[in-house]
Amino acid sequence: MTTNVIGKPLPRVDGRAKVTGVARYAADFNQPGQACAVIVGATVGLGRVTGIDTGPVEKMPGVIAVITHRNAPRLPYAPHKSYIDPATGERLHVLQDDHVRFYGQPVAVVVADTIEQAERGAAALHISYTPERPIIDPADAQALPVVPEAGKQPDARLPADTARGSADSALADAPMRVDEIYEIARENHNPMEPHATVAAWNGNRLTLWSKSQFVVNEQAEVAAVFGLPSENVQVICPFIGGAFGTTLRTWPHVTLAAMAARQVARPVKLVLTRKQMFFMTGHRPRTLQRMALGATVDGKLTCIVHEGTGETSRYEEFMEALTSVTTFLYSTPNVRTRYRLLPLDIGTPNHMRGPGEASGVFALECAVDELSYKLGMDPIDLRRRNEPAIDEGENRPFSSRSLMKCYDLAAERFGWSRRSPEPRSMRDGRLLVGMGVASASYPAFHAPASARARLLADGTAEVEVAASDMGPGTYTSMTQVAAETLGLPVERVCFSLGRSDYPPAPSHGGSWTMASVGSAVRAACLAVQKEAGKHPQSGRPIEAIASSQRDPDAAARFSMHAFGAVFAEVAVDPDVGTIRLRRAVGAYGIGRVVNPRLARSQCIGGMVGGMGMALMERTVLDSRDGRPVNAHMADYLLPVNLDIPQLEAHFVEELDPHVNALGVKGLGEIALVGMAPAIANAIFHATGKRVRASPIRIEDVLTV
Amino acid sequence: MLPFTIEKATSIQGAIAAASSGRRFIAGGTTLIDLMREEVERPEHLVDINTLPLSDIRIEGSDLVIGALARMADVAAHPDVQRLHPLVAESLIEGASPQLRNMASIGGNLLQRARCPYFRMLDASCNKRSPGSGCAAINGLNAGHAIFGTSNHCVATHPSDIAVVLVALEATMQVRGPRGERSFPVEELFRLPGDTPHLEHTLLPGELILTVRVPGSPYSRRARYLKVRDRASYEFALVSAAAALDVGGGVIRQARLAVGGVGTRPWRLGAVEKALIGKTPDRKVFETAARLAIEGARPLSGNHYKLELLPRTIVRALEMTGEAA
Repeated sequence: MTTNVIGKPLPRVDGRAKVTGVARYAADFNQPGQACAVIVGATVGLGRVTGIDTGPVEKMPGVIAVITHRNAPRLPYAPHKSYIDPATGERLHVLQDDHVRFYGQPVAVVVADTIEQAERGAAALHISYTPERPIIDPADAQALPVVPEAGKQPDARLPADTARGSADSALADAPMRVDEIYEIARENHNPMEPHATVAAWNGNRLTLWSKSQFVVNEQAEVAAVFGLPSENVQVICPFIGGAFGTTLRTWPHVTLAAMAARQVARPVKLVLTRKQMFFMTGHRPRTLQRMALGATVDGKLTCIVHEGTGETSRYEEFMEALTSVTTFLYSTPNVRTRYRLLPLDIGTPNHMRGPGEASGVFALECAVDELSYKLGMDPIDLRRRNEPAIDEGENRPFSSRSLMKCYDLAAERFGWSRRSPEPRSMRDGRLLVGMGVASASYPAFHAPASARARLLADGTAEVEVAASDMGPGTYTSMTQVAAETLGLPVERVCFSLGRSDYPPAPSHGGSWTMASVGSAVRAACLAVQKEAGKHPQSGRPIEAIASSQRDPDAAARFSMHAFGAVFAEVAVDPDVGTIRLRRAVGAYGIGRVVNPRLARSQCIGGMVGGMGMALMERTVLDSRDGRPVNAHMADYLLPVNLDIPQLEAHFVEELDPHVNALGVKGLGEIALVGMAPAIANAIFHATGKRVRASPIRIEDVLTV
Repeated sequence: MLPFTIEKATSIQGAIAAASSGRRFIAGGTTLIDLMREEVERPEHLVDINTLPLSDIRIEGSDLVIGALARMADVAAHPDVQRLHPLVAESLIEGASPQLRNMASIGGNLLQRARCPYFRMLDASCNKRSPGSGCAAINGLNAGHAIFGTSNHCVATHPSDIAVVLVALEATMQVRGPRGERSFPVEELFRLPGDTPHLEHTLLPGELILTVRVPGSPYSRRARYLKVRDRASYEFALVSAAAALDVGGGVIRQARLAVGGVGTRPWRLGAVEKALIGKTPDRKVFETAARLAIEGARPLSGNHYKLELLPRTIVRALEMTGEAA
């Protein structure tokens, strides 16, 4: 029996719980006898802590403990690395020594009966330092790039260097050239929900109600930090109020909450402030990229040279897929990519929606746009002219690639034919109007995952996975997969996630939850049905656990990526430089769409993220002490409702039998990738001014 | 947040008496509470004036009289304000966000503290917050800071939008203190930072703003407020301009122009006004006059763009006076 629920635009199964406040987020899990902890961050950007005057704070009302590197337990910090952690370097060992490595690094925790008392204590704690000048500016002469250790092997997932053909000599010989530098600003994730952990010990067992996109890794990491068997740690996180990657890793505050709870022998709640979320929970790294394209006069790409450098901390080498897309987006015989890291006195960056790809594609797609103007060629025609038949970087076919179909669909919906090609040629009254396009791409990953399915005697089913739902609708889409596989109506399926004692799931990032967890849910449902067939009418619950991973044969044969085309229209005020996005249309080839309503919602969110990247978002550091100066929602600009125009997301029909049994590619990241370059290209079309640094703001377009 | 006491004022006299003995007024609280949470402001005693009868919005003759406790949203939505003083409504709608406008009072708006990031960071030097500690912004990140009225001690802008309009329209304010009532131009409320940037206004201890009076004028209908910023709402002005023209017989008879986002207080541009008088209201005239706006400007490392943006904003605002809002 099939109910055909996959593909239906069901509303969120957890929507009611969320809007009625029944859904519980990490900080909602108050425990009896709980104390509150507040982190004190370093007020220097580099140096050593020389003195902490804890005495007066310890005497303050309600204060239970002031924990610093002087009295903190020396934690085992057993080796632990998941794929979400930088492969090279070692995580920050919090309160284990007197070193300050970046501004805002935790240097103390004040624990008190109430949050107000803990905040008071934290504000009153006097700490002295011997400060040194941090190097935080990529342009600083003392900032020296390094070859990322984990990229040195040619078969590395993110190789530092790749080459096919001879790109540099092809560039020298090319009749048409673009060779420019593009800069992406540091961005912070800024989800609505702050990072929060409630920690409670029971003997040698620890429960963490903690905001996490990867509960099984948080379990394993905290166990390693405290030297516990993994099964002694339980991580619970049923709901996430947005994350965009910031809770993929387990940051020091989680350890601090657990440390504090053990120290005071009470459950402890620790919630980061909005400001602290700019200090210690990762960020999209600043990147500098040289993008050089060579082409024939009729628009055939002869080469691409892409050299990108991303900032990282001094203690970990954070890598992202900055140059990956360059190797397969276009057909060209000569490509050379180079990826370097710039260690600075900052906290380690981490993945932020569309990590690497968003920044790399910005450079590539702006450069292709620049080339189109040099050639006098329509930017879509230029892309069509260079559309590859296979992944030329890996020399194997794509499992599916619908990029040109995406262009066709989005161009029609957008009305691209109404665009006049000349820059500054379109107006609406006084305003300069511009239209721009860009391609988007993101890998169709699939990680091993497992799930448990249980058929109950009342004819309902329960499915459990240690997955997460940071907003895309995992609860709903997995319910659909289970209902479809079991042949049950969705109301009879209860899907649960967010507990580390459920069957393990991969990190909730990289757009692979639908493929990985979805395939595991399907496998578990098939397994439990098979089990049920063996014991008909037993009257007892029947349970099965199954796991899934990508078919290795398909993985070896095909290059698997999602593609999309993004169109943007901007209006620029020629007098005062105000830039407003007027509308945007994206079309995406993402395999099968499990829930079009959620998919569209997710795309619109991603497009808003790309809009922020293009026009507003930038964390600014004071070079004197590395302090993020605009660590405040009034000063770190994100699009508000009044900025966000009509955004359309469409999906092309794409059947891909190779990616996984569900035929899904995932779409969390790709919805952001492509948006920023489409807007940048539209701004050029409107103004004739090419701005190669994000975000593009009034001061950048005031003068041509 | 530090502990504090709060009491409700039951009369204007009572409120003034309370403030004279060191209590701080609190109205909408949109600035004060925010800064108290960050411990930038540390009042020990507050007196809540929200129930005082100072919320009236009325027309007297051709003047608009706004009670100090009238909320930004209520003033902006008031039909008489929209009809007779659209410039006031326009500037209020450009300020803050709907949530803040519902709470913030007109008196509190005028007294809001500077919007400098270092002012809000207790571990940064700031002469406004802790006199004598230095100014982190002068050699720091100062793209949003002032180019007029700065000193070696402070370069923060005054953030209010409505204040720019009130200064342009030569509004006055009525205040009452322990020694009685007085009235003075809104422009005189704001101090330049000089070497005492912690002193921002000229109210005497215990003085309470009662009303703001916007005089009716021949150009109050031909007046516009243009606020230039990177996002459409909830951002302070990079540059703003309140422009009003009285045009008769094809020439500008009188002009009023004040700008925001560029001065340590709302900045009236008398030289530009003078250059407009007697001229025909066209773009060329506006451009010539607007060039005078940046005379005496002292840009900082990060805000040179304001020298370009300010005249452009003025030209556009002057043009807009001839267009419907």
